[in-house]
Amino acid sequence: MLSFDYTLIVVLFGTLILGLVSGCLGAFALLRRQSLLGDAISHAALPGICIVFMLTYSKHPLLLLLGAAVAGWIGTITVMAVVRHTSVKEDAALGIILSVFFGMGLVFLTIIQRMPTAQQSGLSTYLFGSASTLLLNDVITMAVLGAITLGILLLFWKEFKLLTFDRDYAQSLGFPISRLDILITTLIVFSIVIGLQSVGVVLMSAMIIAPAASARQWTDKLSVMVCLSGVFGAVSGVIGALLSGAISKLPTGPTIVVVISIIVIVSLLFAPLRGIVWGAMRQRRYRDNIRFQTMLTNLMLFSESDTDPFYPHDIAALTAIGRGPARKAMADLKEKGLVVNPEADMWALTAAGLKEARCILADKIGGASHD
Amino acid sequence: MTPIESDSQDIAVSVKDLTMAYREKPVLWDIDMEVPRGVLMAIVGPNGAGKTTLIKAILGLLKPAAGKVEIFGKPFESQRYYVGYVPQCGSVDWDFPTNALDVVTMGRYGHLGWFKRPSKMDRDLALDALDRVGMADFADRQISQLSGGQQQRVFLARALVQDAMIYFMDEPFVGVDAVTEKTIVGILKTLRDQGKTVIVVHHDLQTLSEYFDWAFLMNVRQIALGPVSEVITQENLKAAYGGRSAIF
Amino acid sequence: MIDQLFVLAIACVVAIACALPGVFLVLRQVALMSDAISHAILLGIVIVFFIVKDLHSPFLIVGAALTGILTVVLTELVIQSGRLKKDAAIGLIFPFFFSIGVILITQFAGSVHLDSDAVLLGEIAFAPFNRFLIMGLDLGPISLWVMGAVLVLNVTFITLFYKELKLSTFDSALAASMGFSPVVLHYALMSLVSITAVGAFDAVGSILVVALMITPPATAYLLTRQLKRMLLLSALIGILSAVMGFFFAVAIDASIAGAMATVTGVFFLLAFCFSPDQGVLQKYLRLKAQRVSFSATMLLVQLLDHEGTDTEREENTVSNMIDHMGWTEPFVKQVVRHGLHQKAIIRKGDGLFLTDLGRELARSAMTHT
Ligand SMILES: Nc1ncnc2c1ncn2[C@@H]1O[C@H](COP(=O)(O)OP(=O)(O)O)[C@@H](O)[C@H]1O
Ligand SMILES: [Mg+2]
Repeated sequence: MLSFDYTLIVVLFGTLILGLVSGCLGAFALLRRQSLLGDAISHAALPGICIVFMLTYSKHPLLLLLGAAVAGWIGTITVMAVVRHTSVKEDAALGIILSVFFGMGLVFLTIIQRMPTAQQSGLSTYLFGSASTLLLNDVITMAVLGAITLGILLLFWKEFKLLTFDRDYAQSLGFPISRLDILITTLIVFSIVIGLQSVGVVLMSAMIIAPAASARQWTDKLSVMVCLSGVFGAVSGVIGALLSGAISKLPTGPTIVVVISIIVIVSLLFAPLRGIVWGAMRQRRYRDNIRFQTMLTNLMLFSESDTDPFYPHDIAALTAIGRGPARKAMADLKEKGLVVNPEADMWALTAAGLKEARCILADKIGGASHD
Repeated sequence: MTPIESDSQDIAVSVKDLTMAYREKPVLWDIDMEVPRGVLMAIVGPNGAGKTTLIKAILGLLKPAAGKVEIFGKPFESQRYYVGYVPQCGSVDWDFPTNALDVVTMGRYGHLGWFKRPSKMDRDLALDALDRVGMADFADRQISQLSGGQQQRVFLARALVQDAMIYFMDEPFVGVDAVTEKTIVGILKTLRDQGKTVIVVHHDLQTLSEYFDWAFLMNVRQIALGPVSEVITQENLKAAYGGRSAIF
Repeated sequence: MIDQLFVLAIACVVAIACALPGVFLVLRQVALMSDAISHAILLGIVIVFFIVKDLHSPFLIVGAALTGILTVVLTELVIQSGRLKKDAAIGLIFPFFFSIGVILITQFAGSVHLDSDAVLLGEIAFAPFNRFLIMGLDLGPISLWVMGAVLVLNVTFITLFYKELKLSTFDSALAASMGFSPVVLHYALMSLVSITAVGAFDAVGSILVVALMITPPATAYLLTRQLKRMLLLSALIGILSAVMGFFFAVAIDASIAGAMATVTGVFFLLAFCFSPDQGVLQKYLRLKAQRVSFSATMLLVQLLDHEGTDTEREENTVSNMIDHMGWTEPFVKQVVRHGLHQKAIIRKGDGLFLTDLGRELARSAMTHT
């Protein structure tokens, strides 16, 4: 049973901050097509955390976060350098940094685990994250770093927007694009390291991509997208932390990721306008419409040669020149009162149907002359 | 005002000994170009002639191997607010969450400088520019839901709100229907009549004399510069296009 | 001792088995699918494990491979829907699957030998202790058999479809027009990656799979452009990384998988700096030399342009070059030195003059552009 005690509130604040910051910066990462950079950065952070610990024997959150940030940043710069100076493509460069840095992290981690200090236990929570280990000190550090990150994002909002949308144009207006690139990438690095303790290096990339990918589906406005992304991140952080606090042995990182993934699925399928389901339905309605129109106009065109516009025709003839299943289309048209079938498999237009067919034909001819 | 000063004032763009190379391959070789103020000029040449590269080098987007560029007699850096730019179509992510008005407002960012947000006035200017290109009704449209011609007009409007003295446009007629093409040409001519200098990468030789006063014919090296009728000669075209001239 | 040899043997087999399909992943620019697949398969392994309750069941491999394919299919579907870009689609699906896998393990696997750390990190040191027993006969570590089979499968597939893979990698349109469906080959390759990842998983963990699949091929890519050589070189670098990583890990008593991944990175770094063709050092030197010689040619053209004109005395001087070309003084000196060395120009005080050779070089430069 959950009780909202002090520790839990601290934990909830921590996960809220992490979700908010990674969501907001993730929106930019997504639009800059740096989604997978998040994966590389978060893995690359591990050796940074370990080295700082080995040097200082301290688990002070600020030190560890800075170590993570520096390592993540070096990883990012390396990816950029590899892409820029060799023919190795970005995907491979990201994979190299991700796996090699993480490998180094593991080497350090195993060395640390053999160290005699009692303090060492706990660094391995950085693999899958554990929100329950968040202390007030950690959350304060996260809050300060998060506030700075979001503050800079707001300050440079206009510049980042322009840079992300149209680099060449930004440069032609005189904005120093490489410096802005470095700045926003640094902010992304910070948004990642803030979450490492709760979500873990393995899954933190999802907190960069998923909230933004969901938010993109709901809006066509950048400011709304960034806010929504922050909200989705925060909500999944809080729900994930609550669940993992309530159910024993439920790891925080994976739980948060499952929550945000569900938000992604719902957004992709059902978001208004962009939802895949609505898209498919529109497509289907459109196809149905075309089919209905073809059927009606065919009935009329057949009939006019017979001089009686309401003359019934055999379904076989309609099937032969129509598209798709004719029987189903005729049944649907009958429901709308546009056709009747006086006897089995014989179909004729009603007065309303004839009017509709004339309209469609007039439209088609009018439309054609437009092009 | 001394004659020298007024002279440099009448030259809108001056390019001297501009040479550009991607790695060892020279793309622009020793280009000298002086464009007087108030002309509507086409940059013409076959595909891969280096037209885009030339514009980008003038705008400081690429660093030349040698040579210099001056705008109204001063280095580009100090003059960039007099320069408007319409990049080659398709260089942006069309799925970006932004609408037409928003894109046009970006044209004000250079004037705003750091940190300042666009004001109501900037938005009004942007709406105005959209109106001038006949796109006022589409201000709220997400940009991917515009046709190619409409997108091009939005980017033109973005350059218009820059309120520049010199405009550079890279193939503004690509993927544009005939009506839009005429609209855009009309706007360019208006700009010229206001005393602005307009430089357009163009590759349709048929419409050259109808649309433009001046032409700069090039293929890696410069071939001719001057009024269209003087530039477009058999000999020059042969030099630019080799045997595969488009119209003669 | 014998166990250590087995560990080495397993590591080498894994290294080769990963490097071979990895070459095609790197060339086709889908390297990160190995990351996605090697994480996502955890879900398949866990689900099948709950059904068959045996960590060494062959069904585990089937289930995991199917999850791998499912990940690829879902990724492609999301991309095709046009709602998200490729990178986002790749990065969305595997964390979801992996998270479900981890949660299932922590909630239901309890004390069974299947815990999330081991899945991620692998523990190759323990691999020799899972023996392959047939009717009481000890045939060695299971991992060695499994990975040996995977290796044979990979080698067979790549040998059989070498031509098709090569063609569809370098020119998928041409391949399609010749009747080799790029889609079928893509999925075949992804299946291979899945199977390899599953086989290697238990021994080395998902991250080392990624390291071994991407880093040696990328390193080889910096050293050669021939597909066959690249395959051989990748395998070789993989083996070297495995062996050196092993001894390194033993020496400092650290994670073997981590050390191996680190060594692959060292090899990449070496190639990145010193590759004779692609290396940063080589490139820097070449670029510098090129810049000077290119500029020297420009100087010749400039001299030729003004030769014999009224302004020759002012134009064709060292000081004018500084002014005119926008070059710095040291650079102009370097360029002039290059020209003098070429015997293309002569210098008289501040003035520069073309030699006959210089004139010819300038003319040929002008006509060749
Ligand atoms: N980023 C680049 N790297 C290498 N070569 C390039 C690059 N951009 C353009 N080029 C080459 O420079 C030449 C000129 O290109 P461009 O200026 O785009 O020509 P145009 O606009 O006249 O068609 C072409 O041969 C092109 O292949
Ligand atoms: Mg071009």
